[in-house]
Amino acid sequence: MAKVKESPWVLHYDGSSCNGCDIEVLASLTPVYDAERFGVVNTGDPLQADILLITGGINTQNLSVVKQLYDQMPRPKVVVAVGTCACTGGIFKECYNILGGADKAVPVDIYVPGCAARPQSIIDGIVQAVELFQKRSDEHDAAVAAAKSGTQAK
Amino acid sequence: MSPIQIIFPILFIILGPFVGGLMDGIDRKLSARLQGRIGPSILQPFYDVRKLMNKQVIGVNRAQYALLLSYLLLMIVTGLLFFSGSDILMSVFVLSTASIFLYFAVVETGSPYNTIASNRELVQIMAYEPAVILMCVGFYLVAGSFNVHDIMQSETIMITRMPGFFIAFLFALAVKLRKSPFDVSTGHHAHQELVQGIKTEMGARNLAIFQIAEWYESALLMGMVALFIVDRRPLSFFFGALLVLAVYLFMILLDNTAARIKYTKMLKIVWIATILFSGLNLLVLMLMR
Amino acid sequence: MGVTVFLILFPLLVAPVMYLVKNNLLRGRIAYVAAGIEMAAVFVLIGQWARNGFKPMEFFVRTRGADHFILDAEILLMIFVTFMCFKYRKYWISLLSIVPTLLIMWFEFFGPESVEYAHIRVDYLSVLMCLIIGIVGGFIIVYAVGYMHGYHHHHVNIEDRRPYFFMILFLFIGAMFGFVLSASLLWIDFFWEITSVCSFLLISYTKEEIAIHNAFRALWLNLLGGVALAVGIVGFGLTYGSTSLYDLIEQGVAGNPAAVIPVALIAFAALTKAAQFPFSSWLLGAMVAPTPSSALLHSATMVKAGIYILFRLAPAMEGNLTGNMIAFIGGFTFFVASILAISQHDGKGVLALSTISNLGLMTACAGVGRQETIWAGIFLMMFHSVSKSLLFQDVGATENTIGSRDIENMHGLLYRLPMLASFMIIGIAGMFLAPFGMLIAKWSALKASIDENNMLLILFIAFGSATTGFYWSKWLGKLIARSHETGLRAHDKTKRNEQISLCVHAVLMVGLCVLLPFISIRFVDPLVAEMFGSYEQVLSQGLLITMVAIIALIFLIPIGAYLISNRQATNVKLSYMSGANVGNNSEFVDSFGGNKKLWLSNYYFADIIHFDETMRYCTVGSAAVIVVMLLLVIGGVLR
Repeated sequence: MAKVKESPWVLHYDGSSCNGCDIEVLASLTPVYDAERFGVVNTGDPLQADILLITGGINTQNLSVVKQLYDQMPRPKVVVAVGTCACTGGIFKECYNILGGADKAVPVDIYVPGCAARPQSIIDGIVQAVELFQKRSDEHDAAVAAAKSGTQAK
Repeated sequence: MSPIQIIFPILFIILGPFVGGLMDGIDRKLSARLQGRIGPSILQPFYDVRKLMNKQVIGVNRAQYALLLSYLLLMIVTGLLFFSGSDILMSVFVLSTASIFLYFAVVETGSPYNTIASNRELVQIMAYEPAVILMCVGFYLVAGSFNVHDIMQSETIMITRMPGFFIAFLFALAVKLRKSPFDVSTGHHAHQELVQGIKTEMGARNLAIFQIAEWYESALLMGMVALFIVDRRPLSFFFGALLVLAVYLFMILLDNTAARIKYTKMLKIVWIATILFSGLNLLVLMLMR
Repeated sequence: MGVTVFLILFPLLVAPVMYLVKNNLLRGRIAYVAAGIEMAAVFVLIGQWARNGFKPMEFFVRTRGADHFILDAEILLMIFVTFMCFKYRKYWISLLSIVPTLLIMWFEFFGPESVEYAHIRVDYLSVLMCLIIGIVGGFIIVYAVGYMHGYHHHHVNIEDRRPYFFMILFLFIGAMFGFVLSASLLWIDFFWEITSVCSFLLISYTKEEIAIHNAFRALWLNLLGGVALAVGIVGFGLTYGSTSLYDLIEQGVAGNPAAVIPVALIAFAALTKAAQFPFSSWLLGAMVAPTPSSALLHSATMVKAGIYILFRLAPAMEGNLTGNMIAFIGGFTFFVASILAISQHDGKGVLALSTISNLGLMTACAGVGRQETIWAGIFLMMFHSVSKSLLFQDVGATENTIGSRDIENMHGLLYRLPMLASFMIIGIAGMFLAPFGMLIAKWSALKASIDENNMLLILFIAFGSATTGFYWSKWLGKLIARSHETGLRAHDKTKRNEQISLCVHAVLMVGLCVLLPFISIRFVDPLVAEMFGSYEQVLSQGLLITMVAIIALIFLIPIGAYLISNRQATNVKLSYMSGANVGNNSEFVDSFGGNKKLWLSNYYFADIIHFDETMRYCTVGSAAVIVVMLLLVIGGVLR
């Protein structure tokens, strides 16, 4: 069971939001909040990411994009919805093109409320996500090990 | 074969990635401090690689893994050549072959970001290669041999006779270590205009392999820096280490203070610096012969 | 001694047969047999030479009859050139043929009687050249039989003159054998003129306006070299009283002033043949010809004639002004041509410029004239012949199949035409990846130019090797890149005879790489020793062992890595396109919501390099350098 939680790499996707949460996400990487002390790297690349951070709601256009990005991430992976819009659709919920929160597209693990979500709560969300990431990683390792011993038994 | 020619390669194989990784960690910590942040642990790069190795194995296609593995192995071979005290020019040539394998691993995926980044990577190779070859020429002129072992046995301290080559090599080093302003194909900082540049299609294990190869490369390049000072006196190893440290700190400072430039400009700057500094040094050394 | 005569005369006799046989199938068969006989004859020659203990063999001391025949043939050649020049109204070019021929005639009738010497000489260098001409040239003919069939199938507007084409090919091969086996400068001059005229005829094959134009450019540039050659020969004959190439070299090495100007002039002539700056434009123009003739001009014949004569003269050029001139021009060409090659899309264009560039490195090696550089140059020549011949044939076959020779259209060729692409990769990798071919040659050229204190050459090699790596790698990258046309597996239209030739070349290429240390010890070392009289090993034992290890690793590592990667399960994901994927890697969703196909392209720096302008400046500049240097050489002697 390798320790993976020291290195949570984040992919930040901005859905249909007012950009308030996005600015707060970036703020949590700045000197004041410095998420990198937990090893967080804001990578722009789903193939390298462990945590998908979604801000803003899901609309008809970005539905496939979010699904695609989630699909490109290697397991184990965790999804964090940041801000009210990402949690439920928020203020845009009644718009003609909005489907709802991030969970309309991908399975969301952690919901971080707030309009906009404060950096403290975002970091708190990430820290919870990291624990989940470690747990999933352990499960993943166990599954791999089981599969391996299974093939050997055969 | 002196014992040092056997000990050094073994040390390189075992310690190379640790040295490289540690340098990477220091870089990240120091960069954070320079920006007024606490920053990650110094061991962060090792955590990252450990995590990457433990994730689901993914890739855009299978061939990329093979090519990256070739890159890593060729990089180790280059290091062995260099640290076993054999021909420096030959190891530089093999190093360029290793870089070409990295280029293959990148361009082979045929993804849009990778293709642009791979072209830039080639431009980077083209930019730094003359400076590195000319550095070998400088060593030959001063020490009378391309052999690393002979260069180390020489009476003179290399840097006193070849300061121009050294400065030009620093430019090459900045390109090779992917430091701003020359990090056009990929950078250490997240989110550049090409996403992750040449790393875009590398995920999980592929990225780990790439990272380890880069560590080996850093260790090798720092060995080349040390060669400017190290001679047969034991104390010179200490000064060599000091020079490596100074150079690396300078690179970190450069990385944090300069903005990325266009690749054509990078090519021009590095080539002009090479002609100017290496060329002048070459001229002086030839006239002195 | 019969074999040498056979080697020269047999192709010359086959040539008219080629012209007379109008049945394509029959002519093809005869061509195969003739090429096979020619190759066998080369091996017989090597056998005889080996039985002689690998010592130089010399024949034909008294050659009055042959001399007369050659003089008559030369006059016929002059008349033919004059006729062609008048036919196409390029009157002044005829002067370049008339003047040297009359000069040689005058010399033969009124000049001093030459001392006696053997007119044919077989030694290491000529054996190597024979091997190159026989094997590479022979297989190009085999390839040409199939290629020309497809060529006329595609280009219906071009008149089918295959009998004529094959006649010229065989003439060319015969002339090249004559050129490398002759020890007499007068004979060399004659074969020189034949190759010039043959290349003219090959380039103008299509009879299109551009072809005629380029053919005349090739003709006059090569004839210009011929004038210098003739003047050099006559000059040496008048002052020293010999027309033997080996006397000339001997006197040149000894520093006899009588030999200085002739050596300079002949070296100048060699620059025109080897397509160095400022004479490179003819080789670029020669691309309009059908591919087999490009392959022949670029690899086995013609340009190699220039390099051959430079290698011969190399000991006489070490450390003097002529050597400096040749080394400078060579290094300059190496660098500039490789930069120009970066700007080229056209596969054949890149090959032509890389030929010029590589020849530049060989020329520089000859100009430095040290043992190491000759050693390096010989290796370069071997690698270059095989790889260029392979690549030209391959590009030709690819063009016949996919209808384009643009490198941009070769994207993912490895997945569309696996066989042709693999051959192409072998050809390119063998040429420039460490530690094959180019690299080892660069290593010793660099070492020698440091020892010679030739600073400009060092800079040229350092920068030239970077630019050379750039254009080759990006071509290789194009071949292996996936996506935009990966799915479309093209139907390989390559004919059996083309495949055979390609296979043989690929095997030769790999063989050269693997056997490099062995070839070095058994063949190239003695060659250099024979040329210089003494020899110190260029590559130390330790380095040689390192080389073998690296060569083995370069083969083993990718294979091993491939095997390892095959055993591992990988979850294949789509490549990153900002999430706007459509389910495959060759398309994405554009801003209108539709699917858009990717088109990936390489960098060409067209806005920085400005091909025509650079070409013009470099031509003028290098011409000025040559004129000044020649004047200095001549002035130095006359003073």
